[in-house]
Amino acid sequence: MKCVRFWGTRGSLPVALTASGVRQKIIAALHGASGRSFASDKELSAYVDGLGLAASGTYGGHSPCVEIETGGPEYVLCDLGTGVRPFGQKALARHGAAAPQTYHIFMSHVHWDHIMGFPFFTPAYIPGNRIRIYGGHAVLEEALRRQQAPPSFPVDFSALRANIEFVHLEPGTQYEIAGMQVSLMLQRHGGDSYGYRFAADGKTVIYTTDSEHTLTDVAETTGYVEFFRDADLVVFDAMYSLADAISVKADWGHSSNIVGVELCQMAGARHLCLFHHEPTQSDETISRVLAETRRYEELSRTSKPLHVTAAYDGMEIQL
Amino acid sequence: MDLSKSRLADVIVAAPTGKIDHPNAQRLEEALAPILDELTANKGSLLLDCGHVDYISSMGLRVLMIAAKRMRSHDGRIAVAALQPAVEEIFEIARFKHVLEAFPSVRAALEVLSPAALAAYDAMTR
Repeated sequence: MKCVRFWGTRGSLPVALTASGVRQKIIAALHGASGRSFASDKELSAYVDGLGLAASGTYGGHSPCVEIETGGPEYVLCDLGTGVRPFGQKALARHGAAAPQTYHIFMSHVHWDHIMGFPFFTPAYIPGNRIRIYGGHAVLEEALRRQQAPPSFPVDFSALRANIEFVHLEPGTQYEIAGMQVSLMLQRHGGDSYGYRFAADGKTVIYTTDSEHTLTDVAETTGYVEFFRDADLVVFDAMYSLADAISVKADWGHSSNIVGVELCQMAGARHLCLFHHEPTQSDETISRVLAETRRYEELSRTSKPLHVTAAYDGMEIQL
Repeated sequence: MDLSKSRLADVIVAAPTGKIDHPNAQRLEEALAPILDELTANKGSLLLDCGHVDYISSMGLRVLMIAAKRMRSHDGRIAVAALQPAVEEIFEIARFKHVLEAFPSVRAALEVLSPAALAAYDAMTR
């Protein structure tokens, strides 16, 4: 595995930066540049880079879709949120419509935000492409067909001309897919969800979203810790604050940044990436949560440091 | 993790010490159980003096959340006092200041919770 690339990082509902949000960023950037001069584009770029993502860019608003670049010829994705639309456009631009590709897609579950990008995934309409959709839910195919059935969508699933296969996976079994060892784990979420462990070339990536990690059941916690064990990267649902996750939003099926840190520390993971951002959170809020999570990691650290990042649309993490 | 307790009028001041990490959280929960039984039966307030707590994990915070729910379901009050800087940071990161009233000292908390308990505290510390 070479890298993980994020095409959609927002949970529950896609969002877009508003005009006033863009305006605030421009005003802040101009204010910061007041009295300064920039002799070159390079100096200007360095200034903008120094502003931080919340001021100079955005975490983005596509719903979940994460690419794992294996180094092989076939594509690997996790989930089919709206981020799969720009992914598909990029893949088509790279290969053209006449060069068939294979796409392996691992589904955490079939809630709306995780499947809604598929009707806009252009490679699915092109004959010759091969799309294998994996998951632990028996209703996987039904869910994807139903969202394109009338009156919800104008183009029926049967109009998709790619060779589309659905592959049922069982927790506790290790599979060899796209040159990786893949296993999955049942997670706490309404209607169930599955986390994935991908391993290849001495690297391990965990994709665990829409999962409520409570740490209250010792056996369950031990199971997750072993699943995360020594991972190079853990993509983790950190949608809520701990206070919300264990009070007003208990049993809503999501976790917190604090529990993400603790699980990764117990498992000896190297990198925690906060994911599935709450749609009401601004860029500033996500950046604040990231800074606080890094601080909590320092306060709770008992052995090696855990690197902490927050996913944004377009982010790449080299493995 | 140890927990000492003292009663001041209608307030029980419970003072845990050390790290409230995952292994210790259950001990805290067990130690708080009889205190919560007493307070919910007799309508009192619980003040957690955290002056000697230097770390609290998510499981420790969960114990406090459960205690808060139980107290409030019986119209009781619960607060924390004298948070050490690291624990205060964790409360902020976890957004727990929206869950539990936090006061800079035991005395400052008693000023709000109970005049009778404050008088008992002042008499004791005079």
